[in-house]
Amino acid sequence: MWMLEIPPFLPFFIGALIAAVTRGALRNIIMIAIPVISAIHLWSVPEGIHLQLTFLDYQLDPYRVDKLSLMFGYVFHIAAFIAIIYSLHVRDTVQQVSALMYAGSGLGAVFAGDLLTLFVFWELLAFTSVFLIWARKTDRSYAAGFRYLIIQVLSGVILLAGALFYVAEKGTLTFDFIGLEGIAGWLIFIAFGIKCAFPMAHNWLTDAYPEATVTGTVFLSAFTTKVAVYALARGYPGTELLVYIGAAMTCFPIFFAVIENDLRRVLAYSLINQVGFMVVGIGIGTALALNGAISHAFNDVIFKGLLFMSMGAVLHMTGRINGSDLGGLYKTMPKTTVLCIVGAASISAFPLFSGFVSKSMVMSAALENDYNWIWLMLLFASAGVFHHAGIKIPYFAFFAHDSGIRVSDPPNNMLMAMFIAAILCIAIGVYPSALYSLLPYDTGYNPYDATHVLAQTQLLFFSALAFVWLNLRGMYPPELPSTNLDFEWVYRRLLPNALQKTFAVIWRSDLAIRQAFMIKLNDGLTYLSRRHRGVSSLLSRTHPSSSMVMWVAVILASYLFLSFFMN
Amino acid sequence: MSNKNMEDDKTYFFDKEKNVKRLMHIFYGCCALLFVLDFVIHRHVAHQWENLWGFYPLYGFVGCVVLVLIASWMRTFLMRPEDYYADEGKNDADKKTDNNVGEQNVDA
Repeated sequence: MWMLEIPPFLPFFIGALIAAVTRGALRNIIMIAIPVISAIHLWSVPEGIHLQLTFLDYQLDPYRVDKLSLMFGYVFHIAAFIAIIYSLHVRDTVQQVSALMYAGSGLGAVFAGDLLTLFVFWELLAFTSVFLIWARKTDRSYAAGFRYLIIQVLSGVILLAGALFYVAEKGTLTFDFIGLEGIAGWLIFIAFGIKCAFPMAHNWLTDAYPEATVTGTVFLSAFTTKVAVYALARGYPGTELLVYIGAAMTCFPIFFAVIENDLRRVLAYSLINQVGFMVVGIGIGTALALNGAISHAFNDVIFKGLLFMSMGAVLHMTGRINGSDLGGLYKTMPKTTVLCIVGAASISAFPLFSGFVSKSMVMSAALENDYNWIWLMLLFASAGVFHHAGIKIPYFAFFAHDSGIRVSDPPNNMLMAMFIAAILCIAIGVYPSALYSLLPYDTGYNPYDATHVLAQTQLLFFSALAFVWLNLRGMYPPELPSTNLDFEWVYRRLLPNALQKTFAVIWRSDLAIRQAFMIKLNDGLTYLSRRHRGVSSLLSRTHPSSSMVMWVAVILASYLFLSFFMN
Repeated sequence: MSNKNMEDDKTYFFDKEKNVKRLMHIFYGCCALLFVLDFVIHRHVAHQWENLWGFYPLYGFVGCVVLVLIASWMRTFLMRPEDYYADEGKNDADKKTDNNVGEQNVDA
């Protein structure tokens, strides 16, 4: 209960300042201490509004605590703690500072009680995280970072516009249920949707995350999309449109994931797929569905972090991440292999792993509310996510054909971070009630009955059987070095090309007009000069000496003439 | 032991054909067992489709085969060379030299 009014983002921002001026072991100790101290503090904070300001006649609540924001607050602390341990070996000060600022911004956003504070942290999330992409220091990461930044800032600007309309409509800035009413409701919805990677607004994620640094991607995967999920859960629960958007998000990325070669990009696609489950839950909006969505966000932060960490370990040790270059790494990276499989089992929602309970909640809610086709899509997506994230990732990285690469397991701090995440995945799966007692609603849902366990296990085992069968038949698409076109093609190729062509036409016609004018002008000048170019005419180059003499005579005559007057 | 790309004569677990076969047999056994359990365990179903004989196993299997077939077909019109976007905003002179420089740069 001490120092109630210290919002959780403050320790992180102060920590970032200290991290900027310290080095080595001292900085590591400070960076580990910050999430731990902040989490202990948060644990003791009761629900309520703990900070209020007045700004231009409007009341701001920069620090509001309730069950919904607490869940995200807790998991953000866990994610920050794990990712910080994972990145302890990094000496790049820019990365460490921006990672702390980024985690702090995420916390600031989920505890923001009004739209203006939310906007500030919304933009801070973008500006602090982009350095984690640029820190890779490649041309690709530089360009991807810029695209990421532009899209994120655009989302923030739309949010600000929505907030201003909201004030005009409702006369308050308080961030509670908004709903799809009026311009404000739609603008804010679009802003949230961009950050949530809605279909067609999703490519910033698959573009930027695989280009970030090994450790940066682990941070990135935890915060931005989950802040958006939180914002949707608060502003738009029960909005039916979200059910369909979410269902689309669960299904379309798995096709891209199957043919993608960059294994971190596969994970980025499966991140969209998992966020889709949360969005469906929010859209259904019943107590069970919202609980499912929130707990799935909680679990996803941990197991997706674990998967990104294991692929980061592969990239860190081998310098490669394309499935076509990897294989057979289990031989010398056994610990990473096991930890990756734990993450894969969790995301696939195997019973006794963390994803099982939360995914079951969303799917049961879909059935209860008669979304039969949506339920079938979710079921297909569950099988699909197991196919690409559960099997493809570990199989092509650690098994498959032997690539001949022999590298050891990653440094101890990376292994430690993955180990903590894996333990959490299993602990939440085995003993879910510890987590689920913290959820906003009490539904008494029991996922571990024979029906659910059997159904899910059957679904997963036969998905695996399909993989085995396709592989044996040689029908499974091989990993190929390639780029697959996605919606981003529109703004990375189509629009630039169209603009280029349009401007080319404009430049060309502009040039033609100028040239035609110049020719006309030239013609005119030539005509004039021709007319007057005779000896001793207006434009002639040479004048005969006789005219010289004549003019001298004229000057002398005028001189003589003037001298009469002067006297 | 960061002996990258070095000759490695050790035989590992899955290098032996026997071990792979054994694992696959265990896996097939599990699948068969799960399929049979469908008829043994009484399930309380929330949806009529769940009553269908072997609904979940079939849905999982068929779903994944369809997924892979569609994804493979998508490759025919979505796949481009790896450096498809690589020449964005670059002069022709830079293209060749810059494409792969620091491609796999990992942080220190």
